Amino acid sequence: MEVLGIILAGVLINNFVFMQYLGLCPFLGVSKDLNMATGMSGAVIFVITVASTVTAALEQYVLKPLELEYLRTIVYILVIASFVQLVEIFMKKTLPGLYQALGIYLPLITTNCAVLGAAMLNVTKSYGVVLSTLSGFAGAVGWSLAIIIFAGIRERWKLMDIPATLDGFPLALISTGLMSLAFLGFSGLFANLVK
Amino acid sequence: MNKNKASLGYDFIKGFIQENPTFSLAVGMCPTLAVTTSLVNGFWMGVAVIFVLTFSNVFVSLLRKVIPDEIRIPVFIILIATPVVIVELVMKAYMPAMYNILGIFVPLIVVNCIIFHRAEAFAYRNPVLNSAMDALGSGMAFTLNLMLIGGIREFLGTGQIAFGSAVFPKVPLFEPAAVMLTPPGGFITLGALMALLNIAVARASKRKKSESQVG
Repeated sequence: MEVLGIILAGVLINNFVFMQYLGLCPFLGVSKDLNMATGMSGAVIFVITVASTVTAALEQYVLKPLELEYLRTIVYILVIASFVQLVEIFMKKTLPGLYQALGIYLPLITTNCAVLGAAMLNVTKSYGVVLSTLSGFAGAVGWSLAIIIFAGIRERWKLMDIPATLDGFPLALISTGLMSLAFLGFSGLFANLVK
Repeated sequence: MNKNKASLGYDFIKGFIQENPTFSLAVGMCPTLAVTTSLVNGFWMGVAVIFVLTFSNVFVSLLRKVIPDEIRIPVFIILIATPVVIVELVMKAYMPAMYNILGIFVPLIVVNCIIFHRAEAFAYRNPVLNSAMDALGSGMAFTLNLMLIGGIREFLGTGQIAFGSAVFPKVPLFEPAAVMLTPPGGFITLGALMALLNIAVARASKRKKSESQVG
């Protein structure tokens, strides 16, 4: 049941974009077209899931036994940055097709605060390695859901007559706000499952 | 000498208008929305960012001739993460309540695009004093933005604004809407502020145009 709770919380109830304000820069930046949003989602799901596993393992087996928790921020960000670099090099060599599709988004992910945010949230909830991986994955899926819905909405703007003062960021933020209002409706659901 | 002084002033001022982090560059959106449920929260987040930004800009600028171009990103990350850890530890020790309110957004200053953007776009190419002024300007502008958004949300959401022990009293007949303190309120406030700014800019440029036509 805890597993179900983590998945529901990650995807809907504590959605990264709408409820926790994580990963807003790429959310607003790469949501102009649906294909790009899908590509970015793939990259984000992959990186957040693996980064959650690695950081949770580091926390449990290195930082905690050595009492180095105060170095968490530095260690995590270095691990995430080098991991993203590694994935980039590895994919360029072995999976050129996938690299072509995701390549341009990978460097952007280092500064996506959702990656470090997911790792930090796992620590505050003191999940183990397995649950951290799951929670990271669920959060990333929630982020992808948000950006894909939003890209679909943004594509329709092209057909609409938008007032010049609202064009661009203002309308994007207000639309996000309205979507977030809809997601606010999920809060409190399954209260016995989600902590 | 005089020219250098003028450019120092410009590096400080430009953060407020042309290169305003929130309203013209649209960077650092996550903390801008996440911590602005009140004016005080916005203020302390801003102070933390000013410290980190000044520290990282000064050190990036000092080391800019030593850092090899290929590995500059990891070096920047270390130069940014160090002051963030300092802020984290100081806040945890002296302001535990505020540290709990800001939560994971204190360590997340590390991935705040403003700081990376200033390091890459300015400090890596400019002398130390200019970089320090640039950091102070951008940081203070960011703080003002956070306080503005936080103040609006706090007022609309609770009907009052509290700063330290000073509290602006409630306005009669004004019914606060708690939704302004929730995430949707944040998105809509910032969207509306940006739209208002667009209107102001459009009006100003129109007036300029008509003035120049008359003249």
